[in-house]
Amino acid sequence: MKTRTVGTKRMLIVASILITVIIGTFLLNLNLGVVSISPINVLKTLFGQGSEQESMVLFHFRLPRIVIAILIGAAMAISGAILQSVTHNELADPGIIGINAGAGFAVVLYIYLFQNNMAEVSSLSVFLLPLTALSGALVAALLVYLISWKNGITPIRLILVGIGINSAFAALIIMFQLKMDPNDFTRATVWLSGDISGIDWTYVLALLPWVLILIPLAMYQSNVLNTLQLGDDIAKGLGTNVERHRLFLLLIAVALAGASVAVGGGIAFVGLVTPHLSKKLIGPNHILFLPITALMGALLLLVSDTIGRNILAPSEIPVGLVVSLVGGSYFIYLLMKS
Amino acid sequence: MANPTSEHLHTKPTSRPIIATVILFGGLAVLVLSIGLSILYGAADIDFITIWHSLTQFDPSSTSHQIIRGLRIPRALAAALIGAGLAMSGTLMQGMTRNPLASPSIMGVTAGSSFMMAIALVVMPQASNFIMMLWAFVGAGIGVVIVFGIGSISKTGLTPVKLALAGTAVTALLSSLSNAIAIHFNVAKDISFWYAGGVSSVQWMHVQILAPVLLIGFVIALLLANSITVLNLGDDVAKGLGQRTFFVKFTGTLVVLLLTGAAVSVAGTIGFIGLVIPHITRFLVGVDYRWIVPCSAVLGALLLVIADTASRMINPPFETPVGTVTALVGVPFFLYLARREGRGM
Repeated sequence: MKTRTVGTKRMLIVASILITVIIGTFLLNLNLGVVSISPINVLKTLFGQGSEQESMVLFHFRLPRIVIAILIGAAMAISGAILQSVTHNELADPGIIGINAGAGFAVVLYIYLFQNNMAEVSSLSVFLLPLTALSGALVAALLVYLISWKNGITPIRLILVGIGINSAFAALIIMFQLKMDPNDFTRATVWLSGDISGIDWTYVLALLPWVLILIPLAMYQSNVLNTLQLGDDIAKGLGTNVERHRLFLLLIAVALAGASVAVGGGIAFVGLVTPHLSKKLIGPNHILFLPITALMGALLLLVSDTIGRNILAPSEIPVGLVVSLVGGSYFIYLLMKS
Repeated sequence: MANPTSEHLHTKPTSRPIIATVILFGGLAVLVLSIGLSILYGAADIDFITIWHSLTQFDPSSTSHQIIRGLRIPRALAAALIGAGLAMSGTLMQGMTRNPLASPSIMGVTAGSSFMMAIALVVMPQASNFIMMLWAFVGAGIGVVIVFGIGSISKTGLTPVKLALAGTAVTALLSSLSNAIAIHFNVAKDISFWYAGGVSSVQWMHVQILAPVLLIGFVIALLLANSITVLNLGDDVAKGLGQRTFFVKFTGTLVVLLLTGAAVSVAGTIGFIGLVIPHITRFLVGVDYRWIVPCSAVLGALLLVIADTASRMINPPFETPVGTVTALVGVPFFLYLARREGRGM
């Protein structure tokens, strides 16, 4: 019991540090950029005391974007953490094994079939898009699972098959993208590389229920995840219904990734990097480790978006590209270490 | 092989020169036919007689003759050259590393080339094709150095899986950088062309640069072929037989860079040819690289010419990027390899 309380204490310390850094980044984010708002004015504006211009910039442009970054970061991080624990695979990430590409393909297909152009996504579509993306993500996940099944699934086969499925969906996306007009083509390219620049509150509302339901659900399953991580045989010995739980958890992971892709496009590597880092900090117990992973994902995306928005100003670099640079380097570091 | 029980025995590595000869000459004949088909088929309807006339009695005032001579013929020839180059490149890589997943697109070579092309477009937008090709070579080199660097630093070496993963990571990294450059310097449209991959805007001068590079690469690859057959038995065996393995690998890598760089600088990233063709060729002609190298060149050329023709037929009058067509052919094959090789990796 003693180690347990020590762990909890450590987790609370790490969590409060992360939250502090997130708030710091949040203020920094508002301070940088074309319209700069000082931290004091941010607080004033939040409590309704700011100038009209400041509250307009804050509430209409900056805040929804920051909230989306936090939501997507947390969702992608948890999705990656679940995938890694359930498949016993350190390298699993929804972006690498084709789940993001499947979701992206479904969205491109939807826009191609039902939408005149990408600029005027109707508000109904904003809420339908996560469902569309989800179905694409599910198809991709199912394909990866079925094709890599051969008397069970080895982690390595899963990753290789995932890389293959990823290229297949990437090719299909390009095929349909080219049938759009040039403006939509560019917009789709930016979106597919992971972009949250055109976000307003409707998108937040569309994503919020998914995150609010699925992340707590995943955390509620922490003990199951702990058992599954020990390996199928031990988990079975401990009386866990392995296949059923695995399927349920995979569904949560796929749904989180799919909903995030619908709003923010294909952001890879968040789900790969953050579980590693938080495991290093806090150990493999999911009760402690999932919340930290979620916070780290939120922080990673918020920092990346702040960098992407300002480093080459006035042009914005889509957040997905910044994350790929950070995450790709970390991934290479992992490969070199193994 | 006719005896069903022989499959269970240790199958002796064999070379099948007769099949190889058939592939070589039959393949060349089919290649000529498909180049003809590629020239015949296109958005503008031009009949065979006109094509013949454009060759024998060229009339500069005729639009059809212009299209044939200025667009379709260089396009078909370039497709053949690039297909051959990528296939040979993959053959050499797989032969030298004994890694079934080695190929230019998976190993980050093409990503490296495209990355340097992105930089070149920004730094010297007016550069000639030849200069662009030099940039592509340097980029291909960077890609190879990074991926092999990861492998040599890693404790367990460059296993097939690690190669695929390192290639994926390097590709993600480099293409993110190129995209960021593209967005900032507003050359996204020019760069997206290299990512889609295609031979639709090929001109004669591209063919003029490609042909000698390909020829040089082909000759060196043929000279190396015997050494690679030996190298394929394992580094230790090769060294025991007195081979200078470092020299062979170094020269081989240079040829890979030459062939891939030339292909990417003209046609962008066309994936999977370098993965699929070497496997099929080895399956057909056996283990002797003196046969594998030329046969893979012919089959690679054939695949890209047919894929390019198909890319125009899928959705006329629009063109589907040929990289998409080769990916849709290549992915099932990659999945098959992943399932089969999944054990030993």
